[in-house]
Amino acid sequence: MEHATIYLILAGVFGLFMAWGIGANDVANAMATSIGAKALTIKQAIVIAAIFEFAGAVLAGGEVTSTIRKGMVDSSAFIGEPELLVYGMLAALLAAGTWLFIASRKGWPVSTTHSIVGAIVGFAAVGLGVDAVKWDKVGAIVASWVISPLSAGIFAFLIFTSIQKLILEQKDPFARAQKYAPIYIFLTVFLICLVTLFKGLKHVGFELTTFQAYLGSAVLAVIIAGIGRFFVQRITVDEKAEKKFHYATVEKVFAVLMVITASAMAFAHGSNDVANAIGPVAAIVSVAQSGQVLQSAPLPIWILMLGGVGIVIGLATYGRRVIATVGSHITALTPSRGFSAELAAAFTIVVASGTGMPVSTTHVLVGAVLGVGMARGISAINLGVVGRIFLSWVITVPAGACLSIVFFFILKAVLS
Amino acid sequence: MGSYITKIFGASPVAPIQEHMEICYKAAKELVTFFEYVNGDNWEKVRESREKIVRLENEADEAKKQIRMQLSQALFMPVARADLLDLVLVQDKIPNLARDVSGLVIGRQLAIPDVLQERFLTFVSRNVDAAKGARKTIRELDELYETGFRGTEVDLVRRLISELDQIENETDALQAELRRILFSIEKDLSPIDVMFLYKVIESIGDIGDMAERIGRRLELLMNH
Repeated sequence: MEHATIYLILAGVFGLFMAWGIGANDVANAMATSIGAKALTIKQAIVIAAIFEFAGAVLAGGEVTSTIRKGMVDSSAFIGEPELLVYGMLAALLAAGTWLFIASRKGWPVSTTHSIVGAIVGFAAVGLGVDAVKWDKVGAIVASWVISPLSAGIFAFLIFTSIQKLILEQKDPFARAQKYAPIYIFLTVFLICLVTLFKGLKHVGFELTTFQAYLGSAVLAVIIAGIGRFFVQRITVDEKAEKKFHYATVEKVFAVLMVITASAMAFAHGSNDVANAIGPVAAIVSVAQSGQVLQSAPLPIWILMLGGVGIVIGLATYGRRVIATVGSHITALTPSRGFSAELAAAFTIVVASGTGMPVSTTHVLVGAVLGVGMARGISAINLGVVGRIFLSWVITVPAGACLSIVFFFILKAVLS
Repeated sequence: MGSYITKIFGASPVAPIQEHMEICYKAAKELVTFFEYVNGDNWEKVRESREKIVRLENEADEAKKQIRMQLSQALFMPVARADLLDLVLVQDKIPNLARDVSGLVIGRQLAIPDVLQERFLTFVSRNVDAAKGARKTIRELDELYETGFRGTEVDLVRRLISELDQIENETDALQAELRRILFSIEKDLSPIDVMFLYKVIESIGDIGDMAERIGRRLELLMNH
């Protein structure tokens, strides 16, 4: 293919930029509940985010990446003109990146997922024709944007209600918390691992049967629950804090649990959002290397790693500061609440990642927080802000689409 | 810059409501000192005590306004916004009563008749005890939020409220007795002073009533 190297370089640069943007802006949202609940210091949050964002991207980012890369646009639209896909995907990356830049400058709530999906649908529908878009798949994605916050809300409600019933309502909440903490840890790790392993780790050279997936998840979950139990047992009653607030020690137990769910959250975020940056890159690389649009081309692992590295760089260079501003907010969130919301959100997102659905981490987390609120768990939720966050995608999708249409025609004119 | 998601958490009204109650209780408590000086005929000190009450009443007003501003309509809370505002309004009546009572006494240089003095002080301090009981229940408000208004914590608060009710019943009895004695000696006193004494007794009794009503408001929150 002509200009193949230029396409590759451009794709790499744009993709890295986008991944950087996700690391810089979006990771803070994923970690916000942990820091807000004072379960993690800012430094700890950054280290956990770096490790688990990368792991999530590489180990579980494949399915969503393939959806972004080839799930929404019909490959037959490019027969004879594979370059069009390259221009389109470059345009989508530029559009999503530009929109994110503008929106975060203005302080608007943004979703990388919504902007990249809007951008891809935009260039395909206008640049190639309405038939080039796989509308059924796009419809399913849009449906998942409604379903995912909803189900996270229901999970969070159930998890928090179980905490109330088993621990908070009881006479001896601290002893109860110590008793049930390992079980909650087991559940968290088991569910996240199971979904990840179920989808297989073929791309990292790991193939497991169903039984092995269950066994592996269970073993890992038991180990981590054991470690968690050790830390939880070491917690002693702080008489002074307890006098002011009788549940101070109980909340300390949940602070330990939140380290686990914060990791799960970072993993989930990496697994879903890395695709927003590298899905288009993967599509371009495949075309540039083969000279044609292959529907079945495998996803090279180095592309996932590129995305993971980009996110971590974004986190290290700029995201740190965003996370620090989160830490300075005083929120009405205690670890028991943060734990419920994060576990529900992380599980929902990982399931979405496993089924290849690009969802919005922020929306899922907000849905989970509302679920805890429904169980009378949070002293004040600002519904105005909630509404603005959910409504933002109504603007983000067409904004991403319009920008990508403009970039598509510019790139087409310049490069061909 | 910053994460949008942190903005969905509104500031919790719990701590401000608790702080407001602390101020209200302080104002009520100062009444004991105030009447000790009145009985001791030390009007210099009485004036100082009155100033303290007025200052606390202003502080309470300021705190009340802050809470009102903070509780915007767009908040999703585990309890009804109107119930919380009502609670704060009832709390705020306590320093108002303390201010009114001390104002009446100072304005008329109102002395408490000797036969009444001891009982009167007991009456004042029992009403202040009721306010203290109300403060004790309000101090559990953060725990109630933590448990989601369920379980053993609710039982604990119900117990505190019934203790508070008992104190209030006691103040009612004391109030009736004071009135009875005042009635028996009123012929020998200046009629206008007597009128105001009745008024002062009534207002002090209202402090106990308000304390009891704080308990009722908390029950409403818990029964939601």
